Amino acid sequence: MTIRFSKDHEYVRVEGDTAVVGITDYAQQQLGDVVYVELPSVGKRVSQGDETAVVESVKAASEVYAPVSGEVVAVNSGLEDTPGTVNEDPHGQGWFVKIKLANAAELDSLMSEAEYQDYLKSIS
Amino acid sequence: MAQEATSGAPLKTTPLHSRHVALGARMVPFAGYDMPVQYPKGIIAEHAHTREAAGLFDVSHMGQAFLVGPDHETTARALEALVPADILNLGRGKQRYTQLLNNQGGILDDLMVTRPADPAEDGRLMLVVNAACKEADYLHIAANLPREVRLVRADDRALLALQGPKAAAVLARHAPGVAAMSFMTAAATTIAGLDAHVSRSGYTGEDGYEISVGADRAGALWDLLVAEPEVAAIGLGARDSLRLEAGLCLYGHDINQETSPVEAALVWSIQKRRREEGGFPGHLRIRQELTDGPIRLRVGLLPEGRAPAREGTQITDEDGELVGEVTSGGFGPTIGRPIAMGYVVCDFAKPGTKLNLVVRGKPLPATVVTMPFVPHRYKR
Repeated sequence: MTIRFSKDHEYVRVEGDTAVVGITDYAQQQLGDVVYVELPSVGKRVSQGDETAVVESVKAASEVYAPVSGEVVAVNSGLEDTPGTVNEDPHGQGWFVKIKLANAAELDSLMSEAEYQDYLKSIS
Repeated sequence: MAQEATSGAPLKTTPLHSRHVALGARMVPFAGYDMPVQYPKGIIAEHAHTREAAGLFDVSHMGQAFLVGPDHETTARALEALVPADILNLGRGKQRYTQLLNNQGGILDDLMVTRPADPAEDGRLMLVVNAACKEADYLHIAANLPREVRLVRADDRALLALQGPKAAAVLARHAPGVAAMSFMTAAATTIAGLDAHVSRSGYTGEDGYEISVGADRAGALWDLLVAEPEVAAIGLGARDSLRLEAGLCLYGHDINQETSPVEAALVWSIQKRRREEGGFPGHLRIRQELTDGPIRLRVGLLPEGRAPAREGTQITDEDGELVGEVTSGGFGPTIGRPIAMGYVVCDFAKPGTKLNLVVRGKPLPATVVTMPFVPHRYKR
C-alpha cells in the first residue's frame, strides 16, 4: 500500500487506481476541534492543487486541496454529522474523498512518509 | 491547508507565560503578546468546562490603568468627557461598561470602569482596556485630561479571570467575602494572603470574577486556583467562543472606529442622564441615532445548516440584495450549532427576519435572533 503526502498536509493512500484523500494527523492537531466539513459532489473532476473540500475548526476555515487529479468517486458523507471523526481518526474513518487517479505519475511529486516526517521537522 | 503567517516582531509575555507553556498550551501571537489559544484538551472541551465548572483565564495582556484626581466628581467628569456612560453617579465599589468615543461617535475602544469601594480612594477610577488598543487609549486619555487628573498605568499588574458556575465556590474557599458580591461590583480583598482587587464580572456570560494582582503575585494566584478540582486553564480560543455565545462584542471585529454604540446595540450602556445632557464625543450623531434610529444595527444570526459563517461573510435578503456583513461568526459549542453576529440595515434587524449568509458563494438561510445565544448566568 502506497501513501503519499502533500506540503499542504493532505495524505493520499493509493488503493488500486483510487486515491483515498484526507488530512494528516499533524493537520488535525494544528486545526483543533473540527466542527464542519464541506465535501465536493461525487463525479466532480479535480486537478492537482484544486480546492476540493473545506474543513472548519472552531477558530477558522481551511481549504483542502486535491493532491492528485481525477474524478471524485466517493465522499465521506458521515463527516457531515460527525466532523470530529477527522480529529479522532484522520487516516482511517476521517478520510474526505476518493479520487480515481487520472495520472498516477503525479504521485511522484508528493512526499513519502519519511520525507513528510522530515518536512514536519523542518517547519516546526 | 494554508499556513498562518507569523510576524517577525518580538512578542511580549505575561507573568504566567511559563505556566501556559508547562501546561502544553499552543501559543499564538495576539495583540503583540505570546498567548495560549488552547491547552491540550482543546477549545470545545475548555468551552464546556467553563460552562459546567470553572475556567481560569490569563488576561494579563489587557491594559490596566488608574485615573487619579482630587475627588470623585473631578475624575468622573474628566472621564465623562471621553465616554458616554454615567460615571459621576457610579457608586463606590461599582463597575460599569463603556466606550471611548471619537468625535464622530465611533468606538475607539470598549472598557470597564471601576470606582474603588474604599472612600479613602475617592478620586480614583480603575480602567481595563483592550490589549491591542491600550497604547493608543492611554495617549488619547492622557491628552484629554484636565490638569488635576492623571493617568497612571498599572503595567505591573496581572489580570486573571475565573469564570463559570463553580467560580464563586472556588474563590470563596480562599476569600470568603467574594461570595456575597453581586454582578458588576468590585472590592479589594486578600486571596490566601495575596492582595488582590476582585470584580464580579467577565466575558463569558457566566458568573465569575476578574482578579487583578501584582505581577509578582500572579504565579502564586494562578497555581492556587488551577489546583482546585473544579478549575481548568482556558485559552483565548474558548474565550472567543464563550463571548460569542454570550452575544458580547469583540473590539476590532464587532465594534470599531466606524460603529457607534447605538448601531452596536449598546444603548443600554449609555445612561439616561448622558443621553439627555450629551457632553461626550460624537453625541450629536448618537442623539440623532437615538431619535431617528440608526441606519444599521448589530444583530444575532442563526444559520440553518451546519456551515459556520465567518467574519466578513456578506448578508443578503431573500431577493439577494446585500443588506449587511458578519463581524463575528463560528461554531457555538454549547448551543451545538453555528452562530454569528453582524450588522444589517435596520429594516432587516427585527428578530425572526429571514436572511442569507453568503458562504463560499452560496446563500445559506439564516434567521435574525435576539442575543445572547446562551442565557447569561450573572449573579445579580
